Amino acid sequence: MKKKNRLVVRTVILAAVLLAVGYTFYTNFFANDSGVVQAGDKAPNFILTDLEGNEVELKDYRGKGVFLNFWATYCEPCKDEMPAMDKKYKEYKEKGVEILAVNVSEPKLTAKSFADRYKLSFPVLLDKGNDVTNHYGVGPIPVTFLIDKDGKVIQKTEASLSEEVIDEYMKRIQP
Amino acid sequence: MAQLSSNLLYISFFIYFAASLVFAISLLGKKWRKSDEVTHAKKWGRGGFILSSIGFLFQLGYFITRWIAAGHAPVSNLFEFTTFFGMAMVFAFLMIYAIYKSNVIGVFAMPVALIVIAYASVFPSEIQPLIPALQSNWLKIHVTTAALGEGILAISFAAGLVYLVKKVNQEKASKSTFWLEAVMYTLISTIAFVIIALSFEAAGYSSTYEFVDVNEQQTTVEYTIPTLIGPKDASFVSGNEFGPLVEAPSWMKGEKAAHKLNTLVWSMLGGLALYWIIRLILRKRIGAALQPALKNVNEELVDEIQYRAVAIGFPVFTLGALIFAMIWAQAAWTRFWGWDPKEVWALITWLFYAAYLHLRLSRGWQGEKSAWLAVVGFIIIMLNLVVVNLVISGLHSYA
Amino acid sequence: MSNKTITCECGHVNPYGTEICEACGKPLQGDLESKKLLNMRYEGSARRSQTYKTTIIDKVWNFFSSVKVGIWIIVLLLVSSAIGTIFPQEMYIPPLSEPSEYYREQYGIPGQLFYDLGFHNLYGSWWYMLLIAALGLSLIVASLDRFVPLYRSLKKQRTIRHESFMKRQKYFGITKVEGENPTLSKLKEVLRKKKYHVKEEDGHLFAEKNRFSRWGPYVNHIGLIIFLIGGMLRFFPGMYVDEVLWIKEDETKKIKGTEEAYYLKSDGFILETYDNNDEKFKDAIEQSGQEVVAKNYQTDAVLYKQVGDRIPGTEPELEKVKEHPIQVNKPLKFDDYAIYQVDYKLNELQSMTFTMDKKDSGESFGELTIDLYNPKDEYKLDEGYRVEVMDYFPDFEFNDKGEPTTKSKIPNNPAFILRMISPDHPDGEVAFVAIRKNLEPLGENDYKMSFQNVDTKNVSGLVVRKDNTLWILGIGGAIFMIGVIQGMYWNHRRIWIRRKEDEVWLASHTNKNWYGLKRELETITEKTGIDMPQDQSEQK
Repeated sequence: MKKKNRLVVRTVILAAVLLAVGYTFYTNFFANDSGVVQAGDKAPNFILTDLEGNEVELKDYRGKGVFLNFWATYCEPCKDEMPAMDKKYKEYKEKGVEILAVNVSEPKLTAKSFADRYKLSFPVLLDKGNDVTNHYGVGPIPVTFLIDKDGKVIQKTEASLSEEVIDEYMKRIQP
Repeated sequence: MAQLSSNLLYISFFIYFAASLVFAISLLGKKWRKSDEVTHAKKWGRGGFILSSIGFLFQLGYFITRWIAAGHAPVSNLFEFTTFFGMAMVFAFLMIYAIYKSNVIGVFAMPVALIVIAYASVFPSEIQPLIPALQSNWLKIHVTTAALGEGILAISFAAGLVYLVKKVNQEKASKSTFWLEAVMYTLISTIAFVIIALSFEAAGYSSTYEFVDVNEQQTTVEYTIPTLIGPKDASFVSGNEFGPLVEAPSWMKGEKAAHKLNTLVWSMLGGLALYWIIRLILRKRIGAALQPALKNVNEELVDEIQYRAVAIGFPVFTLGALIFAMIWAQAAWTRFWGWDPKEVWALITWLFYAAYLHLRLSRGWQGEKSAWLAVVGFIIIMLNLVVVNLVISGLHSYA
Repeated sequence: MSNKTITCECGHVNPYGTEICEACGKPLQGDLESKKLLNMRYEGSARRSQTYKTTIIDKVWNFFSSVKVGIWIIVLLLVSSAIGTIFPQEMYIPPLSEPSEYYREQYGIPGQLFYDLGFHNLYGSWWYMLLIAALGLSLIVASLDRFVPLYRSLKKQRTIRHESFMKRQKYFGITKVEGENPTLSKLKEVLRKKKYHVKEEDGHLFAEKNRFSRWGPYVNHIGLIIFLIGGMLRFFPGMYVDEVLWIKEDETKKIKGTEEAYYLKSDGFILETYDNNDEKFKDAIEQSGQEVVAKNYQTDAVLYKQVGDRIPGTEPELEKVKEHPIQVNKPLKFDDYAIYQVDYKLNELQSMTFTMDKKDSGESFGELTIDLYNPKDEYKLDEGYRVEVMDYFPDFEFNDKGEPTTKSKIPNNPAFILRMISPDHPDGEVAFVAIRKNLEPLGENDYKMSFQNVDTKNVSGLVVRKDNTLWILGIGGAIFMIGVIQGMYWNHRRIWIRRKEDEVWLASHTNKNWYGLKRELETITEKTGIDMPQDQSEQK
């Protein structure tokens, strides 16, 4: 009886240590950073102004698919995907897919002249002070979030996208 | 005030020197012996203790006057810290002597403290202003406690050395005699280094070289002792034109690597010369020459002093070098622990003495094994003081 | 289970593996007649781990129960820690340098090897953390395995000890006496004066003091375990925040890591240096070879708290909490957070001022100051004169395609394309204006932008830190210190005395500091007139 108790005590202690160490290792080596918006999360609402000074609130796009892109003019891969995004935007706008391109805290003038030069037709939003960018946990850009009609993030991509991929993504969030 | 302070330090240094001699006489000194052995040892031992105490008071005077002159606790650079470490050693010795009345510990502990203080003198001794990171009450609390802990642990080294000199079989050469001589040689090399550095400094020796460092930058380096080993592809700029006899190998690319190697080679050669002269005079190993003087030493008592010093010093060291250090690091460097080399070596020292205690208490490592461990422990402490500050250099390199 | 226990002749039932009877001290193993001193470590009690070896659990347990294994773990930690200091760790190499190249360039082949073996991030490596975990497990298991039986034997020890137990103590002596003296009550009195707890039974005395010091090792091990748990909790969500916050003078920024709750404003960054001519420090500053020695880094900060909820992207409603000059060693503290002064950048470009001049006459038609973080579209000058900003590149360069572009959003090298409108050129003239650069891409202009001056601001580098594990570490550290002092600065001393016809037997044991025990025995024997017991370890 005593012997059995001893085995139980030992097993419990060893298991507790193993569990604690295992969890520590898991969070340290494998888990993603917390506080970052990921696929499966509800997309946090935000209000930003576009280049014309209009306020844009994410919530108002409920019912539509949103292609949420974070970019800047000093980011070459961001610039590379812009023409394709614009092309697909024109195609999918009718079908209920919206692009919101959040500029990561550059001066309005810089963003605006870029948008004019590339003749972008989707709304470019200005994120002064990286407020929304930080809230979404965006590190290196470009980053694109695919948000479905219910306001849920279905995918996060940290790469420059080709026209085919953008097309495929748009299809996925098309309501 | 600063002048008074340094004079007090000089005086204390000479009193310590005298105290070392008196302790030596208490142990040997057949010529001096007018009374029986016990009375002789008691009398001279007491004299050594009183002299050491007076020396300590003078050094305390140095410490206080320098504090007043600088406006901050004089433990903020290598000169001040090393001096304080020597003082802590003397204090720890006085404490242990008060308990055990062991003259032989004085014979070894006082010279080691002397060497430490002499070593301090090669560093710039001007009173330095405190950089922002050092402006904290924790400077005095952390540094003094850590130094005191190390000072007490150093007494265990002295006791361990006594034990080894007495016990190691000197009849034939062995691994033990070799390593014991190596310890002696290291102590002698330190003395040699101090002598060399101070002599060339007094002579105003200086030569400057220019070379291209790893970052492709033109850099100059100043040698204050003759250049045996110069930086790779260096050109002489100004000062005394001598050497370099050899260029540092190309893989030695660390910051000032050649300069450090040059100093090391000088110390080793100087130590070798000094050691050789001593051996010529003695005509036997230093350990063998010292051994007869220790024939009446109670080895078990020495073993106990060695362990007791660790038992007393370990908690003090933990408090000063780890706990207070962490509290301060949390305030000054935003984190209590950051794997800075100095921090890591404090941890290593702590782990080492933890291993020492477990080996002694649980696995019965006493006597000779324990004495060797005490010697290694002190080497680790000195590595942290010398190598980590001068060679590795992290956040703690204030000098 | 009865075959697993040992019954001593005194009637006490000892666990299997016991070397010395817990109650009377009779040696249960080895030759009874042996003169050899008893091994009093752990009181000769049965370390449980040694007794059973059946399941895997027991085998693992027994492995970590061994002090030898514990020491090996310590040694491995020690050696690997030392290896990690040979070259700087990754976090201490210059930022922006590529570790894979840095180590080879700086330290040659050994550096390359250091990097390849992963030693550049040694203390965060899985195997180093595993070693620490093993140390923690060893602490728990080994302490538990020793504490329980030790506690048992010290609790069960009896006043009357077996003859062979007494004879085989380090200090043992027999004094021949005549008559009553010294009486046990006299001995008792002397021992009590020395602060011993004395028990008497049937002509035997048992005196003991400072038993609590025997618990020191276990107390300090508990402290260490708590400390390690604290260290582990850092990896749990919400316990730890470590963010860098760069803040410009006059800027108000959300404090990262505070979950939207707090904002910080910088009212200015101050860098003070020591006076190079200061009598006290003159020599040292000169000797150091540095031009200046820093005296103070300070960010005058104002802390704000956000009132109510806020949708990201909108302006927060702020309420001032406090003002605090953040200095090194004096962080700004609020809630669980502390903000530290760690870095700075001086004189970052903030705005540039130009005048619009006519080239031939040199006449100026007004001045404009462009905010480099938010330039306006248009600047009105004197009547009929204005400047339109057509494009702005904060960190100007030409990209691979030869287009003007910006490297970053920081105005390190600001460049503008401006249209200068004047009464003689109502459609404007285009000028490309950058630092020490004035181009006229669309042909010769009559007007030019003349640079006047720049306005700069200092930037403070701050660290935002929350560490909810600190109090646990504090408790662990405190318990460790209590345990280590309890174990090291007191000694557990015991004296056994037996009156047998015309003999007084005295045996004594201490767990350490035999010299202290010897001196105590000297005074005790002197006061009671019995002979000083001999140190049996010396008679070989």
